[in-house]
Amino acid sequence: MFDRIGKALSGTGHRIIDRIWRFGSAARMFVYVLLSSADSFKRIRIVTKEIYSTGVLSLVIILVSAFFVGMVLALQGYNTLQKYGSSEAIGVLVALALVRELGPVVTALLFAGRAGTAITAEIGLMKTTEQLSAMEMMAVSPISRVIAPRFWAGVISMPILAALFSMVGILGGYLVAVPIIGVDSGAFWSQMQANVDFRDDIVNGIIKSVVFGVACSMIALFEGYDAPPTAEGVSRATTRTVVNSSLAVLGLDFILTSFMIHT
Amino acid sequence: MSDNIVEINDLSFGYNGRLIHKGINMVFPRGKVIAIMGGSGSGKTTLLRLIGGQLRPVEGKVTVDNEIVHEQSRDGIYRLRRKMGMLFQFGALFTDLSVFENVAFPIREHTNLPESMIRDFVLLKLNAVGLRGAHNLMPTELSGGMSRRVALARAVALDPAIIMYDEPFAGLDPISMGVICNLIRRLNDALGATSIVVTHDVHEMFSIADYVYFVSDGRVVAEGTPQELKNSTAPFVHQFVHGEADGPVPFHYPAPDFKSELFRGYDV
Repeated sequence: MFDRIGKALSGTGHRIIDRIWRFGSAARMFVYVLLSSADSFKRIRIVTKEIYSTGVLSLVIILVSAFFVGMVLALQGYNTLQKYGSSEAIGVLVALALVRELGPVVTALLFAGRAGTAITAEIGLMKTTEQLSAMEMMAVSPISRVIAPRFWAGVISMPILAALFSMVGILGGYLVAVPIIGVDSGAFWSQMQANVDFRDDIVNGIIKSVVFGVACSMIALFEGYDAPPTAEGVSRATTRTVVNSSLAVLGLDFILTSFMIHT
Repeated sequence: MSDNIVEINDLSFGYNGRLIHKGINMVFPRGKVIAIMGGSGSGKTTLLRLIGGQLRPVEGKVTVDNEIVHEQSRDGIYRLRRKMGMLFQFGALFTDLSVFENVAFPIREHTNLPESMIRDFVLLKLNAVGLRGAHNLMPTELSGGMSRRVALARAVALDPAIIMYDEPFAGLDPISMGVICNLIRRLNDALGATSIVVTHDVHEMFSIADYVYFVSDGRVVAEGTPQELKNSTAPFVHQFVHGEADGPVPFHYPAPDFKSELFRGYDV
């Protein structure tokens, strides 16, 4: 009995130490990435190539999702607002929900699933096939040549993707609210224009997406770089990227929102 | 300037308290092809990583061109690595770059040469390994032997003083094996470099090596010229050179008595 409890406690302790150790390694890698960033921007072509593979290639899934999210928001919003006779406020509801919350959060979740997993698998396989070791032996730092450009590509792509998500989401909301439900087009746009604040809503949304970009890119890169060089190791790392990124995005969203909302 | 470009003195190395190398001594004279041979898992590749500064010894030292590798800063290690080229077991070509770009990679990273000169250099290196015509191909379009040759062209792109080969013959057909074998000797002599070849292919290596070290159980168990080792009566060398299944390296992994284990049943 005591033996089992001892083993369970010991196992839990080992897992906690392992998590702290990994968190420390990730933090150290983050510092190296920041220190190597100047090198990355000297090779701007590598960063732009990565922006293409992480950002541009994520456009389809993000824009299609945004369109449907916007349409659903308009339907749900109208269903509630009409009970209070404020169906003209549907434009504000859709825009605020997208710009403040859904744009940055859903974009980050989709980014983690689409680009994050691709980054982890790519870095993990580069490690498995000794490409990173080969680079090291050529006196080229994999952090500045491989990791940092992908990090900045993620950080730059995320706010742009989130902005496009919000834009297309609002368009989807408009198509449901105005032509289908019959809300007045002028009311839809004018209420939105009057009630969406640039500083409090749009800038805060951009800040969130930049923070999510840092978190998702760093998690994906660290998991790939830290993956055991086996097929199973890469597969587990890819799964951890999605799980950890999603949890980090939702947790950070709560923290950021609580700082941004002032009564 | 020392006659030996690489020296390993009293080197011990291990992971988690378990030693893989126990007091190894080796010297690698300039201009020679030196083979490090031994069974799988004897720590041959680890020796290359110690020379390249990717690992730190527990005891002893590794000296490259009169500088102790593990006492160098990161920049110092990178400076030493510019004198080295390494061919990895399966090539380790960058899969997102073409053959041309793979060979051009170290030149682009370490020099500011104009594009026309980089092109000439790359074609020259690819021509040396017989793959100038394949410069537009991607690594996925190459056979195992071709990948190894492109990786070799990349390893010698900056004319290194030391070329390290990690199992260059693994998984190759006899023709590719002969080609790589020939290239190791030819490139070494043409560049005036020193080659360190980790392998367990006796026949190929004995045909080109100047000196051979045999490593087993973390120690150098035999050394000499290929001719000396062919004639050696030392039990390990005899077993290895003649490919005998049993000998100092036993066929069976250590296990309890077979009969008693069979009668013990499943639950023990």
